[in-house]
Amino acid sequence: MNNWPLWEIFVRSKAGLNHKHVGSLHASDAEMAIQNARDVYTRRNEGVSIWVVESKHITASDPDDSDPLYEPAKDKVYRHPTFYDLPDEVKHM
Amino acid sequence: MDEKHLEDHFNEKIDQDVRIEPKDWMPDHYRKTLIRQISQHAHSEIVGMLPEANWISRAPTLRRKAAALAKVQDEAGHGLYLYSACETLGVDRDTLLDQLHTGKAKYSSIFNYPTLTWADMGAIGWLVDGAAIMNQVPLCRASYGPYARAMIRVCKEESFHQRQGFEIMLTLCKGSDEQQKMAQDALNRWWWPALMMFGPTDADSPHTEQSMRWGIKRFTNDELRQKFVDVSKPQADLLGIKIPDPDLKWNEARGHYDFGEINWDEFYNVIKGNGPCNKQRIDARTKAWEEGAWVREAASAYAEKKTKQQAA
Repeated sequence: MNNWPLWEIFVRSKAGLNHKHVGSLHASDAEMAIQNARDVYTRRNEGVSIWVVESKHITASDPDDSDPLYEPAKDKVYRHPTFYDLPDEVKHM
Repeated sequence: MDEKHLEDHFNEKIDQDVRIEPKDWMPDHYRKTLIRQISQHAHSEIVGMLPEANWISRAPTLRRKAAALAKVQDEAGHGLYLYSACETLGVDRDTLLDQLHTGKAKYSSIFNYPTLTWADMGAIGWLVDGAAIMNQVPLCRASYGPYARAMIRVCKEESFHQRQGFEIMLTLCKGSDEQQKMAQDALNRWWWPALMMFGPTDADSPHTEQSMRWGIKRFTNDELRQKFVDVSKPQADLLGIKIPDPDLKWNEARGHYDFGEINWDEFYNVIKGNGPCNKQRIDARTKAWEEGAWVREAASAYAEKKTKQQAA
């Protein structure tokens, strides 16, 4: 591939929805990455818009940090509406 | 964390069917086995385009030609999904391609058989893609996330490959005597190689147990092969052609079809490189790679020039 960089591909499946990561591919530049993404990831009407980002620009959280990062949210049930007891007579809430 | 602790945590995730993702810790052997398995699969998709390419310009109708083109294009796509999944394990694309071109990596031995008539396009879709689907559907639940996601895409797209193949067979089987003979001849030549696609018998498949433990294989070779025979026999009956196996018969007690012994000498011989088309396939891939070098270099040079212009 003569060191063609790796690109991460994000596709919006239809207007109104967010772009979603679908995979990666190699391309010499951004323009080629979009063209290749169109051929590789949208052969069956999977998308109406494509984002490409060079993989090296993505910073990811460390899987070893998952406990400190996500654990604190687990015991905060009071952030959810069902935590609050209301009588059945209360409507529209 | 020490190695033992990491490995326990990894095994726990496997047991709970939690997917392993690229940055997660994994045993070295798991990584290596996956690289081998996924790259073999990617190579099979890419080499698998070759036996069909010859028939694109010879398809009997425009409808068949459009389908053949779409199928071959899908296979290129499937190869790319799988190469990308493989690269998340820390191996780069050039290394993988080099392993294919130098014969260090294997691909499915089925693609080392020639496609002699148009009926072969039917038989390949029906049987070869059928066998591939049977292998691949369980891998949509493989323990390695990028692999499972690639397999989901592949399986979604592959279903049309098998159906268009069966439709070709059906058209031939409803046609003239000559066309029916062509269909029967294709079945005769592709049946046994298709059964070989599931790999050696369980007794001769030493890695199966470990791979099943790791969730990168969900059924054994023999289980999948039996399933394939069971679904294919009624399909052949529907076409009105005969599977070339005198020992094929329903076994009421087992609830499965019994079938004859596979010619394992032939299987191992083709794997070793002595099939009818091994050399031709690798030569074609190497030629495409070498003759495409200037395109890859030109694209890199153009990208570099543009980056410099933007910087200036």
